[in-house]
Amino acid sequence: MSSTQDHPAKAKAFVANNERAHWHDKALWFVREKRDRMANSLPEWETLREVASEIKSHTIGKLADYLEQFEENATKLGVHVHWAKDDKEHNRIVLEILQSHDVKRVVKSKSMLTEECHLNPFLEKHDIEVIDTDLGERIVQLRDESPSHIVLPAIHIRKEEVSETFEEHLGTEHGNSDPKYLTEAARGHLREKFLGADAGITGVNFAIAETGGIVVCTNEGNADLGVSLPKLHIACMGIEKIIPRLNDLSVFLRLLARSATGQPITTYSSHFHGPLTGGEMHIVLLDNGRSDLMGSNEFRNSLKCIRCGACMNTCPVYRRSGGHSYSTTVPGPIGSILAPAMDSKANKSLPFACSLCGSCTDVCPVKIDLHHQLLTWRGELRKRGQLPIDKWLPMKVGSWVMRSPSLFAMVGSIGRFFLRNMPRWMIYHGLNSWGKQRELPEAPKKSFRQLYNEQQKNKPQAGDKNNE
Amino acid sequence: MSSKDNILKAIRNQFVESVPLPSLDQDWIDYEDRVAHFAETLESVGGAAHVVQSMEQVQEILSQVPQYADAKKCVSTVSGISANVDLNTIGDPHELEDIDFAVLQGQFAVAENGAVWITDRDVKHRVIYFIPQYLAFVVHCPGDAASAIVSNMYQAYEQIKLTGEAEFGAFISGPSKTADIEQSLVIGAHGARSLHVFLVENQTP
Repeated sequence: MSSTQDHPAKAKAFVANNERAHWHDKALWFVREKRDRMANSLPEWETLREVASEIKSHTIGKLADYLEQFEENATKLGVHVHWAKDDKEHNRIVLEILQSHDVKRVVKSKSMLTEECHLNPFLEKHDIEVIDTDLGERIVQLRDESPSHIVLPAIHIRKEEVSETFEEHLGTEHGNSDPKYLTEAARGHLREKFLGADAGITGVNFAIAETGGIVVCTNEGNADLGVSLPKLHIACMGIEKIIPRLNDLSVFLRLLARSATGQPITTYSSHFHGPLTGGEMHIVLLDNGRSDLMGSNEFRNSLKCIRCGACMNTCPVYRRSGGHSYSTTVPGPIGSILAPAMDSKANKSLPFACSLCGSCTDVCPVKIDLHHQLLTWRGELRKRGQLPIDKWLPMKVGSWVMRSPSLFAMVGSIGRFFLRNMPRWMIYHGLNSWGKQRELPEAPKKSFRQLYNEQQKNKPQAGDKNNE
Repeated sequence: MSSKDNILKAIRNQFVESVPLPSLDQDWIDYEDRVAHFAETLESVGGAAHVVQSMEQVQEILSQVPQYADAKKCVSTVSGISANVDLNTIGDPHELEDIDFAVLQGQFAVAENGAVWITDRDVKHRVIYFIPQYLAFVVHCPGDAASAIVSNMYQAYEQIKLTGEAEFGAFISGPSKTADIEQSLVIGAHGARSLHVFLVENQTP
């Protein structure tokens, strides 16, 4: 995340294909509607959100204690717990564990955290084969892309494209883009990988302080297959994944899949307490900026995120600009809060990839005030002097003009005159970013103030006729 | 200073207001007919529920399931169900790759999401829950079928008693599935391609 990313520029490329942009929009809205049906089927939905949010607030307030409790209990179960302050240390720990077991082939189930750390290229550099086993992730891996969504990694790819990719890599029939056929081909291909793996890496959805266990949720069963055949299981998690009690899971598992994909629960919600009989289990706890985020009163709430992706599915900007336009591991509304916290300069365009409609805040299962945080980021970027001139200068001029009624009237009349009489090229040009895809309204001849004054003058005086 | 100390120190240096932990014992949904709701939900996620009175009945229904009847290799951890591979004689779990059908013990069921809680206690290879092509769970019900079904996940976790030893447990709701290609639902991603759940009434496991 060192180079500056520009959301509008990347989004422009995405919307250039109108048909595809609309298809993407609809595919995500379909998921959002499924989520609504699930949420509406539970009368206690709002209570669940409230309780989930309180559990997370409580946990963040006592995070250090819970992390220590988790480590203690996990260790009792025979788990090796590691601590990593950043991505580099995380990758080094994972590599050391793998090398000490002479591992050559790893199967990995979905973990946004290992994406965040760019673990795959790092391990590949050290001659370790890493196979992503979630179907969507395998598709993007074979295409040498990155996931465009945290729950639906290949949501941006058409089935015809999957067919081409599979034809090239798995030898499937030319032109057969039936999802059932393609999934079956991937099943066969990945079974071989599962059976040949020396180790399995998973992410973590929840880590339970009071028991030392972790929970991993999938629909495909890839995490379970990946860590039940080889003897070595490495689970990588951010420190914010801790929950205090086993039964807290009842709240989160009820919310997670319903919010994510509109299912009542994921097919597999697997609770790992310690290693496989005769096996070895490692858990890597990663900070990577999370403890800094804790210190921010404005943005601390973003640590509550359970990575369901509901804010993306509902976001009008995400749906119409695609996950890759964010250039971050986590895109969409939550990503636009997390990414600037890591590097505000590189990700300064993201808090503006938002219409402040508030839909993300409405659907968030842990009640993160997403759109408020996005707005706060805009102010923060201005304070840090990172806003481009076309964002802050018009605002400053606007504020100055609006503070003086006479100046406002004068600027208004000049503006109306120009809009009515100047040729189009003088109004729609590079400096008018508002007019890029929009028509400015037709300027009226008279201002509201002029009309009001005229009407007041011509109004029949009260009491003239009917007040006798 | 170790990374652990660094991280814990960084966290403890942040001033964060403390908020009490909320009670989980709330007015959660209770279904009047837990059996019907469970069966309906399981069906909606691609599985099938059967309420039966005896193990003979389970065997009878299974015999009519083509995937079981035609299975070349079958594992059962439930007494009274015939199978031809004994899990306990398998040394390396990789040898289970060609298991066609497995009939396994489920602990209890959850009405709100069609899930069955399973554990690897008394099961030599936990991969048996994930590697067979087709799967059936048998849940013994102390009384009627509803006696082995809880309404919601809060009640579910109240039932789970961990041993404090290394163990594995999972809620499994329906067969393995994916919708990663254009949101088209396909049953049978990596795990089982189908799931039958038998609720056997008036049985002690």
